[in-house]
Amino acid sequence: MQDSLTIARKKRKFVLPVTKLLPFLLPIILILFWQVSSTLGWLSSSVLPSPLAVLQDGIKLTQSGELPKNLSISLYRATVGLLIGGGVGFILGFINGMSKTCRLLFDSSIQMFRNIPHLALIPLIILWLGINESAKISLVAIGTMFPVYINTFHGISSVDPDLIEMGKSYELSKSQMFFKIIFPAALPQILVGIRYALGVMWTTLIVAETISASSGIGYMANNAEDFMDMETVILCIVVYAILGKISDLVAKSFESLLLEWQTTGRSNV
Amino acid sequence: MNKNSMIEIKNVNKMYQDLTALENVNLNINQGEFIALVGMSGGGKSTLLRLIAGLEKPTSGSITVGEDNSRSIMRMMFQEDRLLPWMNVLDNLSFGSKDKNTKAHAKELLDLVELGDYADHFPNQLSGGQKQRIALARALMTNPKVLLLDEPLGALDALTRRKMQDLILDVCQKQHLTTILVTHDVDEAARMADRIVVMKESTNYYEEDCPKNRNAGQIGIVADRVLNEILGEKEIQKQTA
Repeated sequence: MQDSLTIARKKRKFVLPVTKLLPFLLPIILILFWQVSSTLGWLSSSVLPSPLAVLQDGIKLTQSGELPKNLSISLYRATVGLLIGGGVGFILGFINGMSKTCRLLFDSSIQMFRNIPHLALIPLIILWLGINESAKISLVAIGTMFPVYINTFHGISSVDPDLIEMGKSYELSKSQMFFKIIFPAALPQILVGIRYALGVMWTTLIVAETISASSGIGYMANNAEDFMDMETVILCIVVYAILGKISDLVAKSFESLLLEWQTTGRSNV
Repeated sequence: MNKNSMIEIKNVNKMYQDLTALENVNLNINQGEFIALVGMSGGGKSTLLRLIAGLEKPTSGSITVGEDNSRSIMRMMFQEDRLLPWMNVLDNLSFGSKDKNTKAHAKELLDLVELGDYADHFPNQLSGGQKQRIALARALMTNPKVLLLDEPLGALDALTRRKMQDLILDVCQKQHLTTILVTHDVDEAARMADRIVVMKESTNYYEEDCPKNRNAGQIGIVADRVLNEILGEKEIQKQTA
């Protein structure tokens, strides 16, 4: 019995790192295959430079300060755009979710605007705001507003009516009802919206910086394309992928922190 | 309203558009009395309870609760536990209370429902019976004078149900609570209540006083009589034939 327990413990110790490493397996194999293909000459460097060359380019651009400068500008645009768009989306979702009159007044129009691809607004935004910071931030804000709006609205309007009734039977005030019942109940859906908005945020920024910018990661990629600098183009794509992954991890951490109750197991029963 | 009266229902009618849910309901419930409302589905039991709780308003008639007619002396327990899944048990108990010594009181009540070790648990870690015990403890948090029970034991298994019945009876007697229980289970009503009110076709048309300290035989007799009133004697004979 003792032996089997020890074996089970050993097995668990062995299994845990494997499950943690498993998601990295495919990217590692792909990068290795890519590197081998480049070394053996199966892939021309003008088509796809080797991962090592991209890494060296990254180090060179970091040392020169170009990569950190453009990265920080892109991060600034993404964060400010998300805060504005997410904030407006949350407020609209909140008022439409809470008030039937506001829902009737605003929701139909918002749904109409939501169906316009926000990237189609680029020419209009450039004409209105030029190619300065506000143009790119506005585009990110418009792109991120709708996922947050839809999910906040849906989250609030689909709160279990039984819980609302329970709150009424406890004579909760309107603010108590919101903070103690409605907001926590809607939070999982709101966080789904934020996570989705993070994806839209990077997509929008890439396009905005590629088309109309004089700085940022998108600009770096576009500039590198003009000089046929394939290493930098690939580097920029990799940077976007890493930023996207980091955003997703941050969103996931928030979810596990704020929604601990969803994942708490039934092992204690 | 007489001196011993806690809830007085006078000529209450409730309409939902063209549908009559309650028609000319009159009922007087004394302080500390345990009333069971029984009857077929659609008879208006739950509607009457919701009107008493103040969750809905009667179309006409009046419901007076206590001397001040205040709903804050009442607490309601529903068929579903309605615990807030994002709060642990202790927070679920204290969320509706304005008292400063809330946590200490909550712990006392958790001990009362024999779940003192579960204060840090989330509702999804509890069984159905445990959740209903927590819901009962939460209903008692504000020291109510009236307890409204809307089929709170309907979803429980027979054994847990019996334990919960004993617990509710014990709490109601010790705290001298005026209690109204809505149930489909005539045996449950006969076992727990001082008085059974049968609701049929939107009104209260029959009342049965239950003997004190009744034994199983007396419970059976009361339950049979009430069932007779609900279904009608012919229906009972048809079923037993």
